[in-house]
Amino acid sequence: MSEMRIGYVNALETFGLVDGPGVRFVVFLQGCNMRCRYCHNPETWALSGGEEWTAVKLYDHVKRYKPYWKNNGGITVSGGEPLLQMEFVTEFFELAKQDGVHTAIDTSGQPFCESAAFEKLMEVTDLVLLDIKEWDSDKHKALTGFGNENILAMARWLSEHGKKMWIRHVLVPNLTDDSASLQAIHDFIATLNGVERVEILPYHTFGIAKWQQLGLTYPLEGVQPPTAEQIELAKKITV
Amino acid sequence: MMNMEDQRAWQGFEGRIWKKEVNVRDFIQKNYRPYDGDESFLAGSTEATDKLWDMVQRLQKAERAKGGILDMETKVVSGLTAYGAGYIFEDEPELEKIVGLQTDLPLKRAFMPFGGIKMAEQACETNGYTPDPELHKIFTEYVTTHNQAVFDAYTPEMKKVRHNKIITGLPDTYGRGRIVGDYRRVALYGIDYLIEEKQQDLANCGDGTMLDEVIRLREEIAKQIRALKGMKEMAKIYGFDIAKPAVNAREAVQWLYFGYLAAIKTQNGAAMSVGRVSTFLDIYIQRDLDNGVITEKEAQELIDHFVMKCRMVKFARIPSYNQLFSGDPVWATLEVAGIGVDGRSMVTKTDFRFLHTLENMGPSPEPNLTVLYSSALPENFKRYAAKISINTSSVQYENDDVMKPVWGDDYSICCCVSATQTGKEMQFFGARANLAKCLLYAINGGVDAKTREQVAPSFGAIKSEILDYHEVIQKYEVMMDWLAGLYVNTLNLIQYMHDKYYYEAAEMALIDTNVRRTFATGIAGFSHVVDSLSAIKYATVRPIRDDAGITIDFATDGEFPRYGNDDDRADDIALWLLKTFLEKIKKHHTYRHSEPTTSILTITSNVVYGKATSNMPDGRRAGEPLSPGANPSYGAEKNGLLASLNSVAKLPYHWALDGISNTQTIHPDALGHDQQERITNLVQVMDGYFDQGAHHLNVNVFGTDKLIDAMEHPEKEEYANFTIRVSGYAVKFIDLTREQQMDVISRTCHERM
Repeated sequence: MSEMRIGYVNALETFGLVDGPGVRFVVFLQGCNMRCRYCHNPETWALSGGEEWTAVKLYDHVKRYKPYWKNNGGITVSGGEPLLQMEFVTEFFELAKQDGVHTAIDTSGQPFCESAAFEKLMEVTDLVLLDIKEWDSDKHKALTGFGNENILAMARWLSEHGKKMWIRHVLVPNLTDDSASLQAIHDFIATLNGVERVEILPYHTFGIAKWQQLGLTYPLEGVQPPTAEQIELAKKITV
Repeated sequence: MMNMEDQRAWQGFEGRIWKKEVNVRDFIQKNYRPYDGDESFLAGSTEATDKLWDMVQRLQKAERAKGGILDMETKVVSGLTAYGAGYIFEDEPELEKIVGLQTDLPLKRAFMPFGGIKMAEQACETNGYTPDPELHKIFTEYVTTHNQAVFDAYTPEMKKVRHNKIITGLPDTYGRGRIVGDYRRVALYGIDYLIEEKQQDLANCGDGTMLDEVIRLREEIAKQIRALKGMKEMAKIYGFDIAKPAVNAREAVQWLYFGYLAAIKTQNGAAMSVGRVSTFLDIYIQRDLDNGVITEKEAQELIDHFVMKCRMVKFARIPSYNQLFSGDPVWATLEVAGIGVDGRSMVTKTDFRFLHTLENMGPSPEPNLTVLYSSALPENFKRYAAKISINTSSVQYENDDVMKPVWGDDYSICCCVSATQTGKEMQFFGARANLAKCLLYAINGGVDAKTREQVAPSFGAIKSEILDYHEVIQKYEVMMDWLAGLYVNTLNLIQYMHDKYYYEAAEMALIDTNVRRTFATGIAGFSHVVDSLSAIKYATVRPIRDDAGITIDFATDGEFPRYGNDDDRADDIALWLLKTFLEKIKKHHTYRHSEPTTSILTITSNVVYGKATSNMPDGRRAGEPLSPGANPSYGAEKNGLLASLNSVAKLPYHWALDGISNTQTIHPDALGHDQQERITNLVQVMDGYFDQGAHHLNVNVFGTDKLIDAMEHPEKEEYANFTIRVSGYAVKFIDLTREQQMDVISRTCHERM
């Protein structure tokens, strides 16, 4: 094997049951460019820092959890933003695939551009969890710091290349819940192949403490999680 | 022995050996019908069940309103025939398909002085009842109680360790419990045959040379025979003749329950377990169903009513006992499932029926329903059990794959996590030694930092500015040697006196005369010792000493691996600790040639033990609860549930044959998107955990938010039966003390989303 790349890891969660199918080991990588106003992992933003792992060492550790995965679980690399450490993730997933383990990335899609490296990653990725956070690109920029063109382009690329996707949308009352936008997301998804699941993720406030710890002002102060009715309504339109 | 009556009782049953000797296992193996279908056959509750359960719930509410005790006996000493018949509805006894109460009234607590008259009286007095002074006279002047005898014989050193709470929870003020009679024998053979067999044993006991052990055993067998005769009289009071075997399903359940009732009328052990009865009872139920004698609804009703009786078992306890074992538990532990030695699943429809009681009558802490788990159990059953867990948090799981090689396929769980072969073994229960305190003694040369007493012999205290791992280990080993020896000998004394003054004649009458005995020790403070030793090894720990030179606190600098993160550096210390302590226990003579075992199990006593334990090098503050059982310490787990499970799974069961308890709480939203996914995921978590050789898992599925709301609003209807699993058993959350509620809330809830 060639010289191993170093991956920068923010946290390891052995018990992820909602980030992909089945029981999953979730690797949270360090570093993200987006600054989503509702982010619940702001500690993963910084592009420096994180624990250093090689793909071999990480896989050796992760495979201890194989007894829990059976035939539907596996590994999800989340973030931070996994596409910012594409080569590391590719090496890691290559090891997993040699071992017959299901692989998924949970990405914002923001760094996407067509490249050989990206294609290589996709060869060893079984599932992409992709957020569509907002339909209107200007609003998307206000929400996250970036427009959504790349993200939609990535969705189309995955669709064209026969990749499986879960599309997810974080529902924040009065911010990402207007029905026209949800309808547009729904219509867009309808044009895609390979979408196995569309999920509405209700905004929650568990991340607030982390913003405070980092000395950041929480931009959604006072915003409440959506009610069960609001979630149902959004599901009706989007899913 | 076979006569016309027995022929009717055994009609249609296969097999030969069990007819020639008392051998329930053989009967089960030759006759049970494995079931691998789903739960769709199950029937709901009957009108009678609803009416009875509604009444019991009303009584439970009244009990709570009165401060935890509905009614107490103050005049009559409990015994097999101390009372006339008692029913839930006095004027409608026919509603109950399975009858029999501990006293004359439902939930009324019996007066049981043989364990100790002081405790029996104190239990009355603290609840506003005045016991008959005549009883005081009898049980102080004429009768020696277990408690009296133990304290007569204790050495000053034993009293000192007890007082300093390094050995604690000892069964010297209450019944030792943990003896499971093979209550199935009453149904299969009837009492008369069991008496004949015991008479045979008495005739064959000894060769005429009157050694101590022969004399003792002869007296015990005689007491057993008397208890068997008493059981017949007890059943007669309810209008049943249990001299002969049960002829149908209803009788089988009733006869079996009479056996158990005899135990709970005569003993107030901490754990009074029912045992492994589901597969056995299914044989009778299936025969009646095949013959068209009963319907599924009637079959379920029998199980519901039997379980309802198990939910009503009560004992009068003293406040210090309730602090140890909070929430009024009795460990009426009852097992379902498991795999036979021949590889066939032992899941029957009645295993489903027992779990279904949690749907028909709602969640409940008792009976302590235990699934003997294997990933090889039928998928449908695993899913049903997972569903019941998710909905009720009332079930515990124990790994049949690791227990079966040791105990065979007919063992019962005699408390929380302790296996004994049904009808073949009994256990000497021995509470636990606080190994966290023992580590502090090692550092302080045997002085207790809390009481300032020189408790252990004065080994040299550690004088260095920074704790050196090798020095600490060396001194800790010496201190553990001392503790293990004293602990075992204290238990030898207690068990001797219990046999002598509070012998479990009714339970032992339903166990083979040539009984195998285990000697169950236990460990408290496990995770804190592991983390503290890890801190000393991998970080820098400075003892902080007071003016007298006693270490009262520690300053710990630097990172160190903690148990509960699947990090071998810490987990290897855990292995060392368990193995070392067990080896030290095994060095010593154990009473009646019993086999020494140990457990990592604290029940709710982790709170009381924590109060008596000073600051630890792992950062745990003085007085804080120890983490329960083999659970990692609060806040130690950094990588989620499965890393924690993997750490616990590394502890080999054969080093802790008395059990390794682990309690975990999962937020429903973190377990999956919907109910079907949650069921699938929970089954996979358990498969993965138990396939690695782990022993036990208590599964709770709810969020911290629910606990906090229940603590603040115990009056809400929805929390009346809100049951949670704590270390080794289940309790109604609102029955815990506030302190223990806070402890439960502060533990990790796995809810990352």
